[in-house]
Amino acid sequence: MSDRHIRVVLAKLGLDGHDRGIKVVARILRDAGMEVIYLGLRQTTDSIVAAAEQEDADVIGLSMHNAGHLTLGPAMLAALREAELDVPVVIGGIVPDADIDELLASGVAAVLGPGAPADEVVTTVRRVVQGE
Amino acid sequence: MNVRSLPVEQLVEMSAAGDRRATGRLLTIVERGGPDADHITELTHAFSSRARVVGITGAPGAGKSTLVARLIAGLVADGEHPAVLAVDPSSPLTGGAILGDRVRMSEVESVAFIRSVATRGHAGGLALAIPGGTRVLAAAGFDPIVIETVGVGQVEVDITAAADTTVVVVTPGMGDAVQANKAGLLEVADVFVVNKADRPGADDTRRDLELMLELSHVTGQEDATYRPPIMMTNSLDGSGVGAVAAAISAHRLHLVESGMLADRHERRARFEVATRIQARLDITVQEALAGDDSMSLIRAVAAGQVAPTTAALSIFPFSPVL
Repeated sequence: MSDRHIRVVLAKLGLDGHDRGIKVVARILRDAGMEVIYLGLRQTTDSIVAAAEQEDADVIGLSMHNAGHLTLGPAMLAALREAELDVPVVIGGIVPDADIDELLASGVAAVLGPGAPADEVVTTVRRVVQGE
Repeated sequence: MNVRSLPVEQLVEMSAAGDRRATGRLLTIVERGGPDADHITELTHAFSSRARVVGITGAPGAGKSTLVARLIAGLVADGEHPAVLAVDPSSPLTGGAILGDRVRMSEVESVAFIRSVATRGHAGGLALAIPGGTRVLAAAGFDPIVIETVGVGQVEVDITAAADTTVVVVTPGMGDAVQANKAGLLEVADVFVVNKADRPGADDTRRDLELMLELSHVTGQEDATYRPPIMMTNSLDGSGVGAVAAAISAHRLHLVESGMLADRHERRARFEVATRIQARLDITVQEALAGDDSMSLIRAVAAGQVAPTTAALSIFPFSPVL
């Protein structure tokens, strides 16, 4: 459907000022024809849930560069369950290889590392949205 | 539960009962258009003129989102239940968009309902999505509803002008009195805001707007009972924002007391009905153009053998204007 625009909520969760990567990802997804609702820095799980509800997000993208992914990733998923909101979460940024399986096992839909090329970012987001 | 699989009747009920997932979903369907969107419009049409609608428009970077966030915070403090439709442009090349208005509204996003709307490409899409979305929000109990647009392009000006109260945000350095006198956005303002009023040139901008309003008086364009006020603000530190809220309320009172509110509601209704008719006419025109006879006529026009006026009448033989 040509009018079917994927709506992505992109946020930095927690105390983390590194927003260069998320801005690049926002541009990649925009140029792939998606609608990116950009929340920016210092978001909380509550603010992301509120945005995902109001924006009817198809997917949530979290950018993590503060080594908090093993705590904040599951906390995000718990907040979404609490709100009875069925939206997949993709985590990008600096995530050590050793942590990826644990994140996926906790329910994160996909993890994108620093080297991920633009088309992998786009295909991953599309796959996650279609597999909901 | 995934609200996406629910029928629109149930979504409308859940939305009215305060389920924000349902409200968010309804807005998506309305934005997309089509039979389900029309069904939602039929279920919520009683709310067409129920909520107060405030349009806020101005150039990108004028400070609209920050101003809206401040106004919303004030409304919530007064016990109101405001919602925002924040419109940002889609890329004409890819159809994608970066919708960044929530960045400035993070302090109010859990107490108000904020929805980012991309302009998307198709003609009439936005012009139907905004009144449709306004009704969905009104039916969900939100009031007032703030529509924020960058005010570029006729559709956006039309949408903003169809609000009960239209606020036009300008900044110092936008240009001189000649710019202010060009036709367009400034003519639809009910309230002017000179934002970033701490910047050099703010008083010049105010003076240019004052002069423009004075000239309306000279040419007889002026509404003798109402003159748009010019408010000076700094939406970053919040100074002057309370006065803007008061000016919006004062304009509302003027509309109610003068009986002009009904005119505004009719203007909005006319705009929406006309857009629907135009959308259907567009399809008819595209169909008329698709035939082989039309194609050969179009080629003849391109080759300079037939006048476009003749070809148009021959393909689509209506001449209501003549």
